[in-house]
Amino acid sequence: MLKIGVFVCWCGSNIAATVDVKQVVEAVKLQQGVVFATDYQYMCSEAGQLIMRNAIEEHKLDGVVICSCSPRMHEATFRKNAERAGLNPFMVEIANIREHCSWIHKNVEEATIKAIALANAAIAKVKLNAPLISGESQVTKRALVIGGGIAGIQTALDIAEAGFQVDIVEKSPTIGGNMAKLDKTFPTLDCAACILTPKMVEAAANPNIELLTYSEVEKVSGFVGNFKATIRKKARFVNTDLCTGCGDCMSKCPSKKGKNDFNCGLNNRPAIYIPFAQAIPNVAVIDPVQCIKITKDKCGLCQTVCSAKAIDYKQQDKVIEREYGAIVAATGYKPIKLDKFDEYSYSQSKDVITSLELERLMNAAGPTGGKLVKPSDGSHPHSITFIQCVGSRDISGRGKCYCSKICCMYTAKHAMLIRDKYPDINVNVFYIDVRTPGKNYDEFYRRAVEEYNVNYIKGQVGKVYESDGHLVLQASDLLNNEQILVNSDMVVLATAIEPDESAKKVASMLTASIDTNNFLTEAHAKLRPVESPTAGIFLSGVCQGPKDIPETVSQASACAAKVIGLLNKNKLVTNPCVAHSDELLCNGCSNCANVCPYGAISYETKLINDHGIRENRRVASVNPALCQGCGACTVACPSGAMDLFGFSNSQIMAEVEAICKK
Amino acid sequence: MQGLELKLKKRVQELLDNGTIDAVIAWTKGDFVYDTTPAIFTKESGLDGFVYNSFCGANLSKYLVSQIVSDKKFAVILKPCDTYSMNQLITEHRVNRENIYIIGVGCSGHLDIEKIKNQGISGVTSVIDKDNNILINSIYGDATIEKASVLLSKCQSCKGSELKIADEVIGEGLETPKCDSRFDGVKQLEAMTAEQRFAFWKAELSKCIRCNACRNICPACTCRTCVFDNARSNVTAKANATEFEEKMFHIIRAFHVAGRCTDCGECSRVCPQGIPLHLLNRKFIKDINEFYGDYQAGEVAEQRNPLVNFTESDIEATVISDKEGK
Repeated sequence: MLKIGVFVCWCGSNIAATVDVKQVVEAVKLQQGVVFATDYQYMCSEAGQLIMRNAIEEHKLDGVVICSCSPRMHEATFRKNAERAGLNPFMVEIANIREHCSWIHKNVEEATIKAIALANAAIAKVKLNAPLISGESQVTKRALVIGGGIAGIQTALDIAEAGFQVDIVEKSPTIGGNMAKLDKTFPTLDCAACILTPKMVEAAANPNIELLTYSEVEKVSGFVGNFKATIRKKARFVNTDLCTGCGDCMSKCPSKKGKNDFNCGLNNRPAIYIPFAQAIPNVAVIDPVQCIKITKDKCGLCQTVCSAKAIDYKQQDKVIEREYGAIVAATGYKPIKLDKFDEYSYSQSKDVITSLELERLMNAAGPTGGKLVKPSDGSHPHSITFIQCVGSRDISGRGKCYCSKICCMYTAKHAMLIRDKYPDINVNVFYIDVRTPGKNYDEFYRRAVEEYNVNYIKGQVGKVYESDGHLVLQASDLLNNEQILVNSDMVVLATAIEPDESAKKVASMLTASIDTNNFLTEAHAKLRPVESPTAGIFLSGVCQGPKDIPETVSQASACAAKVIGLLNKNKLVTNPCVAHSDELLCNGCSNCANVCPYGAISYETKLINDHGIRENRRVASVNPALCQGCGACTVACPSGAMDLFGFSNSQIMAEVEAICKK
Repeated sequence: MQGLELKLKKRVQELLDNGTIDAVIAWTKGDFVYDTTPAIFTKESGLDGFVYNSFCGANLSKYLVSQIVSDKKFAVILKPCDTYSMNQLITEHRVNRENIYIIGVGCSGHLDIEKIKNQGISGVTSVIDKDNNILINSIYGDATIEKASVLLSKCQSCKGSELKIADEVIGEGLETPKCDSRFDGVKQLEAMTAEQRFAFWKAELSKCIRCNACRNICPACTCRTCVFDNARSNVTAKANATEFEEKMFHIIRAFHVAGRCTDCGECSRVCPQGIPLHLLNRKFIKDINEFYGDYQAGEVAEQRNPLVNFTESDIEATVISDKEGK
């Protein structure tokens, strides 16, 4: 008979205020096999761990149940502690009576009954536990960073600095991301290009970094330390080794009607183009949809003018395979589409623009050379009105429920820069709340109001319409409690940001989880903010949640530190909770291999001795080095041949039975 | 039908004689014309009793599973709907295609003797197809009745006359009179409230005597050791001890065949208690069609069913709960 010890944690008042821990202790003592049960204020503290170790030694415990917080929090802690006391770490089970019980219930009586049920389930399970031994796996000393914006660049630079190889895969023709489009950056107002482009150059020059621009990750397999990625290098139709970036091709290209994505579509670009002057790599790319040589086999002018002989219309996509120890998602963001916000006339009036478009209009390298003009007629505006929270903090269901976090500060920046450069322009800002926490942030905003006389109006805008050649905003002024009409030459919408459309695909490739807004989920909101719940997958920048540049850069470096920590290891301890197949039960149907996300299951035909009957059968076998213990195969297997160490079918059934037992 | 039987018999004899096959899985005569049973004929046994008539509704594909380790070559006679099951068995590596010779047979729907009896006709001695009607000879005289009214339930929602896999075809494919739309029964159940639905299944499943006929006939139920026979599975039981166990058996079975069930209808055909078990499977099929796009198990061999596949266009869990109005 196994001797089980149960330890009930108060978690201060987190558990003890809602669950009668003493009653739980008394209840579990009645369970068969429980020889010791106690409670303590903080089981995870050194004193709590000592109680557990002493009990294991004194009562010669074979199994331990900790009734505490989620196993995601402290399972590793308690397993290590058991090991210190000479017990196999996999003889420890956690009953989650915090997240699954005390935190979600108010009634003490009900919560206590539930805590007892959860404890009994864990006791029923631990009785069927078997000691497990962890194995080891290798670590490929190379990291993959998906996304080449400021987040990806910073993470890659830090990893490279530590001496490891990094590949940056960027889907567009240049690295730089959204930050490259910005004019000046808050709160210090240094220009984005001046601080970003040196980092881009540094990334390109670093011998440990390989830039794979105009490329996309197509498939990822493997597991922490041993990922394999398939990367498609899209055809540029320009030989990057030969192109000097002189730009002659661009000026000669007759097809100049391409939408200039870098300038948010505010002007056009030729079919062959370099995204912007400081692009890295500084080489041209041909838009195959727009180029008439590629579509209709006419023209070919760029090839004629190219003195470097870099143009190659026959270039094909190239697919490469690489191995990595760690993968960083740095897929960034994009402004939301405004088609559901017709009231702001964004689609009707050229003078209603988004904040990112304003960045381009104010940028010295932008379509107007930095001269702020009305997009409709190129004239000088005399009044500009900003509307905050367009799609952010939205309760109508058209936008995003969250705060985009960066808009209050960049609008203050825009307002200040406009007032500074064009003191004749009257600037209004409509806001719900102004949120400016952060070092030197509130001071920055106050400067806009107090020194630059930007007119902040608390209230939302209901409608924007054109009248007599200017725009009229119908809005409410909440502080004066009145409805107002404001005339303005231009309207700037602080458009909500959302994860880039690639985030979802990347997340599913990496088996990393995403939330309802498609932001990638961190392993723990407070304690593991740069790791995804999937081992070996890390998060950098806005793909995890809205962030400004300072925050993005610090998070990117934090992410790099975690990657370096992983790549620095020579061996990883593998999880022994892996699947295994009962060859006598296996039908050979391949259901398990079909659902396995790690490619860990293979089939072979072998001689099976089934109670004296010898025959060749097609049976499944699991590669324990590849198996991550997700359990998908065990539920797909109709005969129950697939089972998981540590989470066997019989253990799960025993838990269910214990919970259902009255 | 008589002509078809002779053609089949002649061809099978040829195949046995020339050594193409060692045995054939077909039907044998019983005491009555409607009393046909699946049977294995070998060269040694000869083709005595070989029959193919309007009452040969049984799906023979499953009988090949037990022959997977045999090195003998088997012929099997499959109707169009049975070929789906064959493809599914090939997909799941439960038969050895190399040792199987598939004779596809044209079909115009098979008859349910119980339905004929329910129309007051007994002592049936022969049946002749006449367009949409059938002419029945019985020891009490002749009768002509509408064919659709006495078709097997599975034939009433016929999947069509196309053979999905065959090494040779005997007899042309004919139209089976269409009676109901495949998902009508499921839609009726969906229209019920949860309580009504529970009451419906409670009443139906309480009839279950756990004879295991549905499981044993099912071409998707081919596990070497069924979970219900595996002492370690925690669900073994030879008879339903409680009301819960009545439901558990059929619910587990429906889940195990989900995505793999070709809707051959054999479960309902063989149920001695007349439980409409195919409705459970069809609910799964309907949901799979709606969530992942139309999918027919066994349409071709080696296809992956949506439940063991992942594509980016797969429906999101949240969308499913919205759809269910939760």
